Amino acid sequence: MSLIHASAAQLLTQLESGEITSVELTKACLAQIDAADKEVGAFLKVMTDSALEQAESVDARRKKGEKLGRLAGIPVAIKDLLCTKGEVTTCASKMLENFVPPYDATVITKLKAADAVLIGKTNMDEFAMGGSTENSALGKTRNPWNLKCVPGGSSGGAAACLAASMAPLSIGTDTGGSIRQPASFCGVVGLKPTYGVVSRYGLIAFASSLDQIGPMARSAEDTAILLEAIAGYDAKDSTSANVKTPAYSQSVKQPLKGLRLGVVKEHFGEGLDSEVEASVREAINVYKSLGATVTDVSLPHSKYGIAVYYIIAPSEASSNLARFDGAHYGHRCDEAKMLEQLAKERAALEASGDEKLLGGLDTSLVRMYRQSRAEGFGPEVKRRIMLGTYTLSAGYYDAYYLKALKVRRLIRQDYDAAFKNVDLVIGPTAPTPSFEAGTKTDDPLAMYLGDLYTVTANLAGIGGISLPCGFSKSGMPIGIQLQGPPLAEERLLQAAHMYQTATDWHERRPELS
Amino acid sequence: MSLSQHEVKKVSLLARLLLTEEELTTMTGQISDIVGYVEQLNELDTTDVEPMAHAVEQFNVFAADEVAPSLSRDEALANAPKRDDECFRVPAVLGE
Repeated sequence: MSLIHASAAQLLTQLESGEITSVELTKACLAQIDAADKEVGAFLKVMTDSALEQAESVDARRKKGEKLGRLAGIPVAIKDLLCTKGEVTTCASKMLENFVPPYDATVITKLKAADAVLIGKTNMDEFAMGGSTENSALGKTRNPWNLKCVPGGSSGGAAACLAASMAPLSIGTDTGGSIRQPASFCGVVGLKPTYGVVSRYGLIAFASSLDQIGPMARSAEDTAILLEAIAGYDAKDSTSANVKTPAYSQSVKQPLKGLRLGVVKEHFGEGLDSEVEASVREAINVYKSLGATVTDVSLPHSKYGIAVYYIIAPSEASSNLARFDGAHYGHRCDEAKMLEQLAKERAALEASGDEKLLGGLDTSLVRMYRQSRAEGFGPEVKRRIMLGTYTLSAGYYDAYYLKALKVRRLIRQDYDAAFKNVDLVIGPTAPTPSFEAGTKTDDPLAMYLGDLYTVTANLAGIGGISLPCGFSKSGMPIGIQLQGPPLAEERLLQAAHMYQTATDWHERRPELS
Repeated sequence: MSLSQHEVKKVSLLARLLLTEEELTTMTGQISDIVGYVEQLNELDTTDVEPMAHAVEQFNVFAADEVAPSLSRDEALANAPKRDDECFRVPAVLGE
């Protein structure tokens, strides 16, 4: 198998035996990026020079017989919202187009300690808000299986670079399904770990109580290897789970005897594409043939997931994104023009006798913030900041935010009840396969409903994994999702690997010119 | 629930965003739609349900009160759009 199509597990063996070098592997990935990324647009920045330097250094140290890290010499792509010291980290926003972090996120520190080769920064929806990577202010990413279609979002670049064989491993983030849904759309594997398993330090926050960093790869085994490298307690993140990291890469191949799967009733209702349903039902049959027992389970409050998410996530976003004000960092408007405009508006208000309209709060400084943020943020980000500001404002807090937090508890209780009887729950990852770019951009609610099956895992804080389980008639990948109780990542990965020993969906690759 | 353009304008001030007339119109419609959609939560009686603010409920996570290395002033100011040697520069706040 050629270097770019091989799994990380195979590549690690070949690197260790001296059959290949990291420089050869890195150059092969860079050549594939060079050949295919003009069309796919997975990367915002390819770190050619530093990647080759890291690869050379790993090769030299290996030659000397030095002890190397767990990912020594393997290229890893990074979603462009993880602070990377000295490298522009944009969140795919004009606001941070020139932001160069003075420190590394903990995940980056861990990847460096594991001797991974950081090959580039991948495209995403701006500030991770979106389900199609159409909200990036800095470039378009296309689905390698059909360039007219979206790669999913917000980790669209992270998924597309794997499908297009530009890197064997990549890091994504998932706030409402942003790892699992693009994994499903691009035919790769994506795991959202239990909240707290991977440190969020240095992740540019969107909705802090939901965001989680996770591994993406082309197989469950590779996903396990990457999770092992990035998981672990971190004192720099007060929400980090203080638990021992299991040896995921060792346990992933152990089959699960007597696996009890619960089919989520509510995930097979209205809105589910018939081809997706057929593929998912077939995948459930594969599990049965592997000895799993399958029963129906009910998550009665899951239908409220999107409504709860679109109160909690924008509320947290409106607070987190307040820091982007054009003063400390970020885009700053042209002040002279801004002041001139403000003076004109004040004069007009005074003349109309309506000067109290905004309560005199629109000072020069406030106007500088407002103008800078208006120019720096794209439409989806503005929409969510506005929505969050509204639901948190006096008079509406109890009706929206507090209500959502209470229903969040009910969603978690549904899962707790289900996991008393089954080991994992199973269903589709997304209601449809990938769709053509531009078809949902004017209808935010339609786009939001794409997260229907994934968002409840974020609200409950549990882990979920998406695996390729078939293709639509038009040739687009379909994904199945497994979700587990808190800290059941080992079980999720084992169950995923089990499926991949019996099927070959994950080994198929798109034909790119 | 339907929001008025005036309400959306007020929210835009609170949110520190300056919206064009066109954006105000679009946003008023879209936010009304989304708020209308989330109102389905009112079907549920949540009187005795404890709110769940965080996925992992932790209390009193304290860091040790110790001086640790931090960014230098130059590093902290490095990404500022406008600065002098010591400070971030912003438009005058006093004396408007």
